[in-house]
Amino acid sequence: MSQKILLDKINVPGIKTYEVYRQNGGYASVEKALKTLTPDELVEEVKTSGLRGRGGAGFPAGMKWSFIDKKSGKPRHLVCNADESEPGTFKDRYLMEFIPHLLIEGMITSSYALGANLSYIYIRGEYMWVYKILERAINEAKAAGFLGKNILGSGYDLELYVHCGAGAYICGEETALIESLEGKRGNPRIKPPFPAISGLWSNPTVVNNVETIAAVPWIVNNSGAEYAKIGIGRSTGTKLISASGHVKNPGVYEIELGLSVYEFMNSDEYLGGMSSDRPLKAFVPGGSSVPVLPAHLIYKTAAGEDRLMSYESLSDGGFATGSMLGSGGFIVYNDTSCIVRNTWNFSRFYHHESCGQCSPCREGTGWMEKVLHRIENGHGREEDIDLLLSIQSKIEGNTICPLGDAAAWPVAAAIRHFRDEFEYHIRFPEKIKNRDHFVAEPFEKVKHLVSKEMI
Amino acid sequence: MKVTIDGQSIEVEPGTTILQAARMIGGEVVPPAMCYYSKLKGSGGKCRCCLVEVAKGSEADPRPMPKLMASCVTGCMDGMEVNSKSSERVTEARKSVTEFLLINHPLDCPVCDQAGECDLQNLSFEHGKSESRFIEEKRTFEPENIGPNIQLHMNRCILCYRCVMVADQLTDDRVHGVMDRGDHSNISTCISKAIDNEFSGNMIDVCPVGALTDKTFRFKSRVWFSKPYTAHRDCPTCSGKTTVWMFGDEIQRVTGRKDEYHEVDEFICNGCRFDHKEIADWTIEGPRAFEKDSVINQNKYNRKLQKVEIATEDHILLGREEDRKKISMAEIPLTEEDIINQKSLGNNG
Amino acid sequence: MERTYHKQEINMTEALITRINELISHYPEDKRKSALLPVLHEVQDAHENWLSIELMDKVAEILLIKPIEVYEVVSFYTMYNQKPIGKYMFEFCQTSPCCLNGAENLMDYTCEKLGINLGETTEDGNFTVVGVECLGACGYAPMMQLGDFYKEHLNEEKIDQLIADCKDNKIVLHDK
Repeated sequence: MSQKILLDKINVPGIKTYEVYRQNGGYASVEKALKTLTPDELVEEVKTSGLRGRGGAGFPAGMKWSFIDKKSGKPRHLVCNADESEPGTFKDRYLMEFIPHLLIEGMITSSYALGANLSYIYIRGEYMWVYKILERAINEAKAAGFLGKNILGSGYDLELYVHCGAGAYICGEETALIESLEGKRGNPRIKPPFPAISGLWSNPTVVNNVETIAAVPWIVNNSGAEYAKIGIGRSTGTKLISASGHVKNPGVYEIELGLSVYEFMNSDEYLGGMSSDRPLKAFVPGGSSVPVLPAHLIYKTAAGEDRLMSYESLSDGGFATGSMLGSGGFIVYNDTSCIVRNTWNFSRFYHHESCGQCSPCREGTGWMEKVLHRIENGHGREEDIDLLLSIQSKIEGNTICPLGDAAAWPVAAAIRHFRDEFEYHIRFPEKIKNRDHFVAEPFEKVKHLVSKEMI
Repeated sequence: MKVTIDGQSIEVEPGTTILQAARMIGGEVVPPAMCYYSKLKGSGGKCRCCLVEVAKGSEADPRPMPKLMASCVTGCMDGMEVNSKSSERVTEARKSVTEFLLINHPLDCPVCDQAGECDLQNLSFEHGKSESRFIEEKRTFEPENIGPNIQLHMNRCILCYRCVMVADQLTDDRVHGVMDRGDHSNISTCISKAIDNEFSGNMIDVCPVGALTDKTFRFKSRVWFSKPYTAHRDCPTCSGKTTVWMFGDEIQRVTGRKDEYHEVDEFICNGCRFDHKEIADWTIEGPRAFEKDSVINQNKYNRKLQKVEIATEDHILLGREEDRKKISMAEIPLTEEDIINQKSLGNNG
Repeated sequence: MERTYHKQEINMTEALITRINELISHYPEDKRKSALLPVLHEVQDAHENWLSIELMDKVAEILLIKPIEVYEVVSFYTMYNQKPIGKYMFEFCQTSPCCLNGAENLMDYTCEKLGINLGETTEDGNFTVVGVECLGACGYAPMMQLGDFYKEHLNEEKIDQLIADCKDNKIVLHDK
């Protein structure tokens, strides 16, 4: 049973409300921080904790905080990124829906550390009912004196508001999020300048994921050093994992980083194994944009070591044999699923979500989707596989923001590990006409057709 | 600050971008730019044509930058070393961007008024392939009428955002913008409104492709058939400094005066551009110089006309000779050389 | 791109104006434009879930910005509808994790049951069925968004029930 620090009280009845949350030790970190710590000491605690950004990139949070420009004298802002839209990821929604005050407590403590007096939670528009939950929770916190002027008599002022998006994955990119918060189209900005220097309304701004901010109260209450003891190596603390696909118990789990993938997949405390007797075929460990891994690379790395749920172990072997922890969107596929169809589906997603600002992403994502759609529908050509690899390599690294990479990686990984499945689609178009083509006849059973052709 | 691009060093002021430094050096090191426009604030960074490799970040931090950088929005650092044309990676990236910009482009140059002064044509001449790998259906847009002066051809647009910036920065009431998103993004007024602001015609000059063209010049002539002259007039609205494009005694078109990077020196008003097409309206200063490779320069006033020889005549005669051999002298056995010649003729046919 | 014009009855009620002013107060005084997205949500909810040109112009007027700035934003985000849609819009998530659990077949079922194709509205104007991208409910698939809420762990029986509930006016669309 691993330690829980975010969801430990999730089952307390009424924890959604301020009273119950407060009775269970809520808002203690605000009291401790405002009364006994300076903002700089707080930043140091978070640095010591080794907490890394939980949105996907895994950048050390304390370091990000220390970049904020305090010299210019401009107002500073903390913006919480609750625009959770990465396919396979639904952990932030769970946290905000069931324990909203944890996020608000984290926002207050973190805003204090950054010297921000006006902060926002940017939530995706589709989570409208969660938006209302947060609005109510903010009102409760304000009524209790944890928001507004002169909080707890400390002289520190903070206003906190929720801002809702309206359907755009790209707004999860921090500069696009800021543009959207300013009432504009979600076009990512050219960096530099980074938000820490010029962000919201050109003011110094820090953008952090929901889960990152929600970890701050525990760090303040228990010290950064204690937090750093949880987890493994540079992957400190706990992580929320959203599990979906063909598993017995899909849902959101808090794990200690360093748990083995095998245990997470199979123990009854977590996913409880596969949803049916169909065997495991592939998995995506960190949301749709990270590389998919085939069955033989899931529990063991290429070097033969146990694969762990940590930033380092999941990326062991680089893109050749590894993947990434990303946002913790854990998608599991059994042998009825089609990798080509799945790759086309993800490509359609990125095509749909590209903002259209820079040419490689705008044109390339649409091109990849069209080629993949052809292959999946029996109109593929032998040369399309290399064409896809070429297109994705031309997008990768050449775009303004990481959406280009996110669109390119899954395509490359799918071909890298499942090339024969693409060849099968191209050579036997009559066999893949039905969308559920691998349900009755899994690829393993027909694989020999492609290998024969290759001789 | 010293910055070195493809081995050529130059001293620049802090705040200079790599692209600006490259333009100061001039020549082949200058990266192509489809969206950057020095006179429009906030432009650049979008088309990714000007990507360069930063091999050395600066004297203080010599690490190379891992990704290619958009030179138009990346500032120079003291001691920075940049590879532009000299880098294979950069050439490859520019080829990629060119391919991306062309896959959905209609390639309708034969009927496009921009042909001959089109940055996308130049880019594909330099970095394009002769064949397309794109076999899918091209994206198209419904046409929209944006008024009597400006023709919008959305299918040709590369979304540089320059025209939006012109409207934002030169006029006080922008009525057009970028609608929708992704590869369906399009320039539109949304309500088919006429764009009639006094400076809106500059959208045509800043457009790097044929997406925005001059309706008063539409299909009148290929640009290389008209002769550009530097001209001016007393204008109450703008500087009145223009280029007039003449065919015989007729002024076919009026534009801003463009430099070697196809940027206008000064923006001009719609009055000068659309409403003054009489010779009496203008004081003509003299022929306007263009870069030597421009089609606009070919066979113009600064080059002597030479006799044109049509090479095909020789080929036709040769072909007749071959035919004569085959038809009228069939009884004479063909030599091996004859057979090879015939085959190669057949292949070429 | 030329757009089809649709007419809409505009009704800026007092309650709506009050809520808009509250939203505007969440941002510094000179940053009214920042309220654009939340304000558009409120205005759309109060106007049968779509935004006409006139309505967008009204929002521009309230936020002291140019109409084009509103059009640009509305067309960028998928949640704003620029033409009339069904009273009940079934927005099925069609991204991979949902498809692993049969979202595509369920969408076919729903469309067939309502006698429409994906993206269409029933003749009585009651139902629209669309496929949308990941809604962040991958573990509870298949699912759809209906108004402000998610309907999760769907199957054919639940779809039948939902359609019946909609017809009986038993469905709450907005949390106001």
